[in-house]
Amino acid sequence: MTRKRRRLWVLLLCGIGLGSATALTLTAFQDNLVFFRSPSDIAQQAPAPDRAFRLGGLVETGSVARETAPDGKPAARFRVTDGAHAVSVTYVGVLPDLFREGQGVVTLGKLGPDGVFRASEVLARHDETYMPPEVADALKRSGHWNPAEGAAPPAATWNTLDPARAPAAGRSGS
Amino acid sequence: MIPELGHFALALALALSLAQVVVGLWGAQRAEARLMAATAPLAAGALIAVAAAFACLAWSYVVNDTTVLNVVQNSHSAKPLLYKLSGTWGNHEGSMVLWVLILALCGGAVAGFGGNLPSALQARVLGILGLVSVGFLGFILATSNPFDRVWPPPPDGQGLNPILQDPGLAFHPPLLYLGYVGFAVTYAFAVAALIEGRVDAAWGRWVRPWALAAWSFLTLGIALGSWWAYYELGWGGYWFWDPVENASLLPWLAGCALLHSAIVVEKREALKTWTVFLALLAFGMSLLGTFLVRSGVLTSVHAFANDPERGMVILGLLALYIGGGFALFAWRAATMVPTGVFAPLSREGALVLNNLLLCSIAAVVLVGTLYPMFADLLLGEKISVGPPFFNLATLPLAVPLVLAMGFGPMLPWKRARIFPAMQRLWWAALAGFAAFLLCLAIEGWRIGPALGFAAALWAIAAAAADIADRIALFSRPQAAWARAKGLPRAAWGGALAHAGLGVMILGLAGMGLATDKLALLKPGEATTLAGMEYRLTGLADVQGPNWTARRATVEVRDGDRLVTVLEADKRSFAVARMQTTEAAIHTTWARDLYVVMGEERDGGAVLRIHNNPLAPWIWLGAAIMALGGGISLSDRRMRVSAPAARPVRAEARA
Repeated sequence: MTRKRRRLWVLLLCGIGLGSATALTLTAFQDNLVFFRSPSDIAQQAPAPDRAFRLGGLVETGSVARETAPDGKPAARFRVTDGAHAVSVTYVGVLPDLFREGQGVVTLGKLGPDGVFRASEVLARHDETYMPPEVADALKRSGHWNPAEGAAPPAATWNTLDPARAPAAGRSGS
Repeated sequence: MIPELGHFALALALALSLAQVVVGLWGAQRAEARLMAATAPLAAGALIAVAAAFACLAWSYVVNDTTVLNVVQNSHSAKPLLYKLSGTWGNHEGSMVLWVLILALCGGAVAGFGGNLPSALQARVLGILGLVSVGFLGFILATSNPFDRVWPPPPDGQGLNPILQDPGLAFHPPLLYLGYVGFAVTYAFAVAALIEGRVDAAWGRWVRPWALAAWSFLTLGIALGSWWAYYELGWGGYWFWDPVENASLLPWLAGCALLHSAIVVEKREALKTWTVFLALLAFGMSLLGTFLVRSGVLTSVHAFANDPERGMVILGLLALYIGGGFALFAWRAATMVPTGVFAPLSREGALVLNNLLLCSIAAVVLVGTLYPMFADLLLGEKISVGPPFFNLATLPLAVPLVLAMGFGPMLPWKRARIFPAMQRLWWAALAGFAAFLLCLAIEGWRIGPALGFAAALWAIAAAAADIADRIALFSRPQAAWARAKGLPRAAWGGALAHAGLGVMILGLAGMGLATDKLALLKPGEATTLAGMEYRLTGLADVQGPNWTARRATVEVRDGDRLVTVLEADKRSFAVARMQTTEAAIHTTWARDLYVVMGEERDGGAVLRIHNNPLAPWIWLGAAIMALGGGISLSDRRMRVSAPAARPVRAEARA
């Protein structure tokens, strides 16, 4: 085998490898990209009912209700808000430890025809001071946080976005 | 006083590393023997200084010195000693010090054990390692000094995130970092080779053990992290294709490709340029992983509160080291003359295929991980890429990889024919096919798990066939034992690592058949899952060292036989004002019974019950893979440096 033919082989193999990787990536991208929507986005334009997306915002204070689903499974119902609009969410399952009212939350699921978001996942964080970047962005867009006035306050103090009810001082993250 | 000593030691380490860079690189360039000889002591000095700094930080944690800001933010006097120690690296500043400590350890090892390296190569490698050290020490001192004081000192610290107070996670970062940073050494060797414009078998013989060691540690580190996620997060899963997880998988894939292509350099002196490229890539992926984890640019379930500015500094370092490395590569790669010629169908060819597939998988994972960031920057669209994407895109590449893994070790170097290899492997293929049909027959039309079982049995049986063939178990059974003893350990290690991957795939396939159930039970009530009856017998309060918990006691029965009593906790940590879920897991070799306690309501508790077939085999397989790497490392040839002639292979097959 000459060096030239060997190089041809190697190039051909690389081409196949790269080509198949690209093809696989593009095919998988087609159906599996999950978009993020804030409650205001949904109020503006409702997404298609059969497409899963992520909904994020703050858990509205006083909105969390535990109930039992029709098939006997434990469920939870709460509202996710970005200050301007809110969306009702139902979730069948065990809520993560860091889920609480006034905290940032990101949920994955589909919007039902009744306007209620059916979450299949509620994402947990390891850190109570962590603010999901999408949620911070949604809050900025809905006009509840102006980055020019300084850094975002800790997630625990966002609460219902009512400054009077926020705790006096939040823990600073490391 | 002690923290100031630590701070001083860090600054001293920076100065020593800087000297190491200048003396090493300049000395090697000018061929000044005295300068080159000075690099090794400098590296040892830097190691001592960094170790002292780390010890000072650990001491501050152990005595709970609340005048140190870092301790205040991340520790508390009521924590068990182990978690005070592990708290040292359970935060950004401390983990960066650990990172640098391990880098200094690697430098010390090259200085201590590298006496038989050509002195110019050793000086250059140490110089490059010093350069990496300088960047990260500068980063620590400038932006994240762990020894900052706070005055007046608060009465006690704020505590470590309770979810990190776990033996699995105490050792996860050190192992992971040993892997990440081990690739810094292969990177340094690659850059040194580029400067010298020369790569030979001796170079390959030096790079391979480092790649192997780094890869083995990374395997253990990833497995430990995945195991921790499995039992501590209580989601019942073991891998979520999360950016932070992918960040550790990327260097693993690149390192896996590197350690295979280094074999070709060592044995055949072919694929030199490619191996150098992979060495640069593996360390690039390690740095990228450090950047992704530390900057928080990507939404991750493992994200901690991070400082984007620090992320930018790490990104700058990444651009400097990797950009510099690849620029040097573009400039100097042409000087490396390829020598070994081989046919497409040969051991070399199989290793090229392995590299190609591993790199394709890495490319797919990289695109999936980084795409959300670019979509945000360029399109202003918040997108996430979830497990369905990664499963769909990597599986078609993993299947041929496992298939080729069986054939590769059977092929002779230079030129091979497929028929003799098939002759030795037909029964492995048969075992795989039987597993495929059996799984379909028992579990119905579940193509994924069936394919997994087939791949697992194929990989294990092919590894066994490889060993059986090498020791001539069937053709000359009376001499097999003598041949087995004479077989190089690298061969045993390789076969064991391949079998380990098979064992892991067995576990993954089993988890593909996992079932779970959500139930609201009052004490005394029961529910069934996968033939087992789970009865909630009691709910009680429990007191731990620094937590209180609600504990659900669940009796599991198989018919009338009591299998086990599971105790699932919901723990409250007073200091951190946090709750964690402690899953109760009963492990048998066949499956894990896994119970998580949710909230309590209506006098009962919500329980999530998982039945996870073959789950423990995932981590067992990873441990076997790392063990294979370790056995391979203990091979005599790995320790003997650069023999003049290539050893004649006694068991060479035509």
